[in-house]
Amino acid sequence: MALKVVNCDTGIITKTPEKPIYLDYQATTPLDPRVFDAMKPYFLEKFGNPHSRSHQYGWEAEEATEIARNQVADVINANEKEIVFTSGATESNNMAIKGLAHFYGKDKKHIITVQTEHKCVLDSCRHLEQEGFEVTYLPVEKTGLINLETLKSAIRPDTLLVSVMAVNNEIGIIQPLAEIGKITREKGVFFHSDLAQAFGKIEINVEAMNLDLASISGHKIYGPKGIGALFVRRRPRVRLEALINGGGQERGFRSGTLPTPLVVGLGEAARIAKEEMQKDSVHIKKLSDKFYNSIVKEIPDVFLNGSREFGYAGNLNLSFAYIEGESMIMAIRGLAVSSGSACTSASLEPSYVLHALGVGDELAHTSIRFGIGRFTTETEIDKAIDIIKTNVNKLREMSPLWDMVQEGIDISKIEWTHH
Amino acid sequence: MAYGEKVIDHYENPRNVGKMDKSSKNVGTGLVGAPACGDVMQLQIQVNDYGIIEDAKFKTFGCGSAIASSSLATEWIKGKSLDQAYEIKNTQIANELALPPVKIHCSVLAEDAIKSAIEDYKQKQSD
Repeated sequence: MALKVVNCDTGIITKTPEKPIYLDYQATTPLDPRVFDAMKPYFLEKFGNPHSRSHQYGWEAEEATEIARNQVADVINANEKEIVFTSGATESNNMAIKGLAHFYGKDKKHIITVQTEHKCVLDSCRHLEQEGFEVTYLPVEKTGLINLETLKSAIRPDTLLVSVMAVNNEIGIIQPLAEIGKITREKGVFFHSDLAQAFGKIEINVEAMNLDLASISGHKIYGPKGIGALFVRRRPRVRLEALINGGGQERGFRSGTLPTPLVVGLGEAARIAKEEMQKDSVHIKKLSDKFYNSIVKEIPDVFLNGSREFGYAGNLNLSFAYIEGESMIMAIRGLAVSSGSACTSASLEPSYVLHALGVGDELAHTSIRFGIGRFTTETEIDKAIDIIKTNVNKLREMSPLWDMVQEGIDISKIEWTHH
Repeated sequence: MAYGEKVIDHYENPRNVGKMDKSSKNVGTGLVGAPACGDVMQLQIQVNDYGIIEDAKFKTFGCGSAIASSSLATEWIKGKSLDQAYEIKNTQIANELALPPVKIHCSVLAEDAIKSAIEDYKQKQSD
């Protein structure tokens, strides 16, 4: 919302710039007002410690956390006893991978994951490598999908775990979890999936997919930040060494007092996500199609990173050839977007995810991720298309590469001075 | 990335965007950087008979700091002799634009672009 500001001395009326249109739903999502309403009482009158057994304050807080546990379990067809609350998907991923490795690592020292996983999965694996574990980082195909045959042949007798994310945070590709689960179950290997970008957005069924462990985040589904969950299968039982020791809460998996308001928020967000998944999907698909189709129709040399066919519609990663991503972001300041993953934009390295897809550095430097979500409107999408079109033309006018291509020069043949 | 005011100014209102006739004898062209590194600068100078840079133009593929560095470079070299322009250091550009450490390479590239344009011009004169 733009505000009018009147300068008392000069009488000049200025407007504060309007807030940019939010198109970064993979980074985080706004809290759904219904979630906020559900959380409020647990900050104020219902402030009890859910682990207090001796009075009403504790009981009502505990009841609320157990309802939330049910709501989370419901989304993925799990049992509420299989849900452990954590501080977020990063903790869940750490807990699943390291916890499993530390419990079973005596005989099984091999882990399989994918090159395009989130940093917290890759970093947990790197950490285990230093402890003597061996990790296979599976490559992906051009679409971003893993090859199931490659996965099969990577499994060894000492393989403990296969960890493959459901929806990629940078390019939105959806990995075939059901097929992977079939393979891991057949081979007797644990199967973990980082569901941060998938939970509540696409159908996930821990039974049908044979998932043993699955990580969930609150703030990617219009819930609060600082809360997440880990699904830990009970039958057949999966055991983990705890990362956080203490009072033995969460069946010993994760000590510490549960943050009741956040837990309630995650539960309510999960309930809404499940009930409105169809509605959200239709809305997001419609806007995503409109956005993508008009961009590629009206702007030449725009390339999709990932795949429309196998991707989540709310995540569009596009390379605008001959325009460097960061200057694009500056130009389209009316849009809140990111270049690749927000975690990597602090460095100058092009995205490792795009690299794994085989996208060249030239195009990786020009990539922008657009995220569409529950609260995105058609008006916002129309505005975004306009802003992008105008600025692409402006920036290409300024680009020596665009110039050369227009003149028919093959820029891949030029001997560049790498610096 | 939060940018300083001067970077924003040059980025929003870049000075001397454009190109000159590469084949002209009194035009020197510098093309530095690489698409794979995320920065390419083309800087051109038009030099008069007295060895003074009469006009300068640039086109840049790169981040806001790269665009600002090249825009500032063209502003600075206009009216200077070739020798004076050759003396411009990347640190001066970086200071003027208050570039953060991760963006210093943009000013280095701008210095390289100036030098490369001057060398191209000199080469042409000796041919």
